[in-house]
Amino acid sequence: MTQQITLDSVEHAAATPEVVQPYAELGLREEEYLNIREILGRRPTQSELAMYSIMWSEHCSYKSSKVHLRQFAQKQPPSDRLLAGIGENAGVVRVSDTLAVTFKIESHNHPSFVEPHQGAATGVGGIVRDILAMGARPIAVMDPLRFGAPDHPDTRRVVTGVVAGISQYGNSLGLPNIGGEVVFDPCYQGNPLVNALCVGVLPVERLQRKAAAGVGNVVVLLGAKTGRDGIGGVSVLASATFDETSQQRRPSVQVGDPFTEKLLIEACLELYEANLVVGIQDLGGAGLTCALSETAAAAGTGMRIYLERVPLREPSMEPHEILASESQERMLLIVEPDKLETVLEVARKWGVLATALGEVTDTGRLVITWHGQTVVDVPPSSLADDGPVYNRPLQRPSDLALLEADRAETLPRPTTPEELRATVLRMAASPNLADKTWVTEQYDHYVMGNTVLAQPEDAGMLRLEDSGLGIALSCDGNGRYTRLDPYNGARLALAEAYRNVAVTGATPVAVTNCLNFGDPEDPAVMWQFAEAVRGLADGCAELGIPVTGGNVSFYNQTGSVAIHPTPIVGVLGVIDDVRTRVPMGFAESTDGHVVFLLGRTQLELSGGEWAWVTHGHLGGKPPAVDLAHERRLATLLSQARTRRLLSAAHDLSEGGLAQALTESTLRRGVGVRVSVPADLDAFTFLFSESTGRVLVSVPEERVAEFTALCDQHEVPHTRIGVVDASSGALTVEGQFTIPLDELRRAYSGTLPALFSGTTT
Amino acid sequence: MSTKIGVITFPGSLDDRDALRAVGLAGAEPVSLWHADANLRGVDAVILPGGFSYGDYLRAGAIARFAPVMEPLMRAAAEGMPVLGICNGFQILCEAHLLPGALIRNQHMHFRTRDLWLRVENHRTAWTSSYEPGQEIQVVLKSGEGRYVADARTLDELEAEGRVVFRYLGENPNGSQRDIAGVCNAAGNVVGLMPHPEHAVEALTGPSTDGLGVFTSVLAHLARVSSGTSTATAGAASR
Repeated sequence: MTQQITLDSVEHAAATPEVVQPYAELGLREEEYLNIREILGRRPTQSELAMYSIMWSEHCSYKSSKVHLRQFAQKQPPSDRLLAGIGENAGVVRVSDTLAVTFKIESHNHPSFVEPHQGAATGVGGIVRDILAMGARPIAVMDPLRFGAPDHPDTRRVVTGVVAGISQYGNSLGLPNIGGEVVFDPCYQGNPLVNALCVGVLPVERLQRKAAAGVGNVVVLLGAKTGRDGIGGVSVLASATFDETSQQRRPSVQVGDPFTEKLLIEACLELYEANLVVGIQDLGGAGLTCALSETAAAAGTGMRIYLERVPLREPSMEPHEILASESQERMLLIVEPDKLETVLEVARKWGVLATALGEVTDTGRLVITWHGQTVVDVPPSSLADDGPVYNRPLQRPSDLALLEADRAETLPRPTTPEELRATVLRMAASPNLADKTWVTEQYDHYVMGNTVLAQPEDAGMLRLEDSGLGIALSCDGNGRYTRLDPYNGARLALAEAYRNVAVTGATPVAVTNCLNFGDPEDPAVMWQFAEAVRGLADGCAELGIPVTGGNVSFYNQTGSVAIHPTPIVGVLGVIDDVRTRVPMGFAESTDGHVVFLLGRTQLELSGGEWAWVTHGHLGGKPPAVDLAHERRLATLLSQARTRRLLSAAHDLSEGGLAQALTESTLRRGVGVRVSVPADLDAFTFLFSESTGRVLVSVPEERVAEFTALCDQHEVPHTRIGVVDASSGALTVEGQFTIPLDELRRAYSGTLPALFSGTTT
Repeated sequence: MSTKIGVITFPGSLDDRDALRAVGLAGAEPVSLWHADANLRGVDAVILPGGFSYGDYLRAGAIARFAPVMEPLMRAAAEGMPVLGICNGFQILCEAHLLPGALIRNQHMHFRTRDLWLRVENHRTAWTSSYEPGQEIQVVLKSGEGRYVADARTLDELEAEGRVVFRYLGENPNGSQRDIAGVCNAAGNVVGLMPHPEHAVEALTGPSTDGLGVFTSVLAHLARVSSGTSTATAGAASR
């Protein structure tokens, strides 16, 4: 006996206007629901309501952020490299006459708290498909991560799960993981941040578009079967704050299969090579709903879809579930009818399912039928482009004035050589500064054979061609700086990523970002967001590099407590010959090279790592940022690299010079001897977090040439010491000596002690 | 005519292009082989590369051993063709019983990427003849299921016959029995190892260029075979 349920068809909906619909449960406001009824001239069907609720969710529609994000385009500096920008799946940047690079960061924060392993894994999978959809071969990933307090009982669950998820998915795809960040702070306890960056490379002429152009063309679904996993994942998880029931939402988290994704990548690349697709779009958040409506809206066409053709994992799925499913590893292709058979043949070769779902029409309507009955009949742009836009109220956080007044520069500081020595070791062992090998050795950074630099280097670097042409990438963010000053916090993150690329000798050319914030309906959070976007847009204009795209993650909030505003900024650089790249560490072969500190050091401790580690303090104003100086510094570093003046270069950031010296010596186990400049006290010299600074080593015989170049670019330079291989120690003359073995024990012991061993 | 070395791509193979690059750098002609091929396209030696063939589903290598290309490969291996399995390739050769033992989950349960040192314990196989006896080489290990295990009798046999080809130096990275990183068959033409010599062939991208010796070894071996100066195969140490 079969149970007969009435299908909520368009016909049925038109005949039953009085039916009460659960729009509020789906996250829609009453005025939004009424707007949908007006667009359709009737009540939406169950399937249509599901589609609008997803596409008009914060995550998909950017309804709170749109009015601010416009600045990225408005303030964009001219660039002859930009081939595709904001609004595409990912920005595309020309790196040579024939090659382009595409890169983007996305968040997978909410799923990664609910189910760390799958949440993080599918975060990698999702961003990789974004890059693939541009026509590129994905060539590397990076993961900026934020976790709660290292000693909190729940942190281990999240850390081990997230790292294992990234490791399992990324390694199985054969993508080198070349960098990222691991930062701990109690503000991320209930809202860890799992951002994933992917970069891909493509021949310029292979750039793909998402438009469903060409009436009569076939709409093909490629990849995995569609299941009930992840239904409403995007709108349910990422568009509301967390509460006690969040952990019961595991079924909303998608489950990833990297093997299928690997086959999907190879199949798509073969399709591109043979010029077999007119348009392509990945299926990520919002699944088929998003892919169908965005491709049709982008082309200004219509579409006719036979939904019963979608291959299902669970035959009992209903139309609205199929449309909302976020099952992973799927792509939507637009194919000319006479090429369909060849497309299906390529899919068969790679063992990937391919199904013709319907065709492009000239009706301007997205019409979806289910066994002959129409369940959806909507203008596609009403889903994709015409979602609500809010100019939400902004208000400076009420506690900010007090916070600013509480400056870290007034805290008691170590003064004696013994105290300074102990502070260097304590800082090196603190979780945010400590060796991240425990995390990064779970990632494969060798696969593909083109990794020139990877973590712990300042930036990841990849060879693109045997000619030596390559790219460098870094992503950075500092939630504490941004909490104290969102405008400058965003500019500091940009400056840091820009400098990390520059120290390798590469030239920064483009920016992507992932903006992680709390509840946009809280005016204080929205103010932080508006300030950060303004800062980032201004900063990019000052540096002369465009924002090519990005992602916003709101509602990173548990109850009334939001995370620190955490904009993560990714910077892409280009280098003409990767063989001339500058590494971060001192080497045996550079023994005796002269060590310089570039930039100016002032007493700037607020928001810094020293204040946090030794006093648990957060207050004051973050370090000053001077982007004109950063630009000159980057030019200097690039020219010095070309002239082979540098044997090492390492950016100074959290933890100041002491931490930079720790990292540069331990990289290859080669010591250094430095002395405190006459105009500074030892503490400021070692622990200030003044920005725009770089530690470099220069062969003695090139010193005059190097300092002349610094003068030419107006970059302050201070000779502070020499590389001293035989010492096997970090020595600050007249202060202290730390043998590298002792330093390494402090630096490398922390993360294994916290997270090693099997989990319970 | 140049020597042709094939690299098989299974669905889910990842280090196939790295292996092809290493073959080219060693001076041979790299040839891509496909898992569904019915023949070996006239190559002189075959490499099974690293990766996650068939997603490592069921067990690493368990499905790949049934790929169509494995049939001609098994015949060729029996006739003395040099065959090298790297990482997942090693797992496939064990599943196919071309090599003894098995690779299981690392003792510490994590995937681990690390530059490390190996000792070449047998320099008389088809894939190690360019090395000095006992030479120490730096290569890359990157695996989650790299722990070599076999029963005690098999291990004793391998040791007695000189069929342990590579051994980990220093800290054992995955719990492999007797620090074994690579082994060979009785004839010495089939070699498998967990670490990746193909990721140590260029100073720019690897920790050393020590891995190149694996690929130059097989060229030297094939040259000896074709000139008749080889005793059929390189043979294992004490045979």
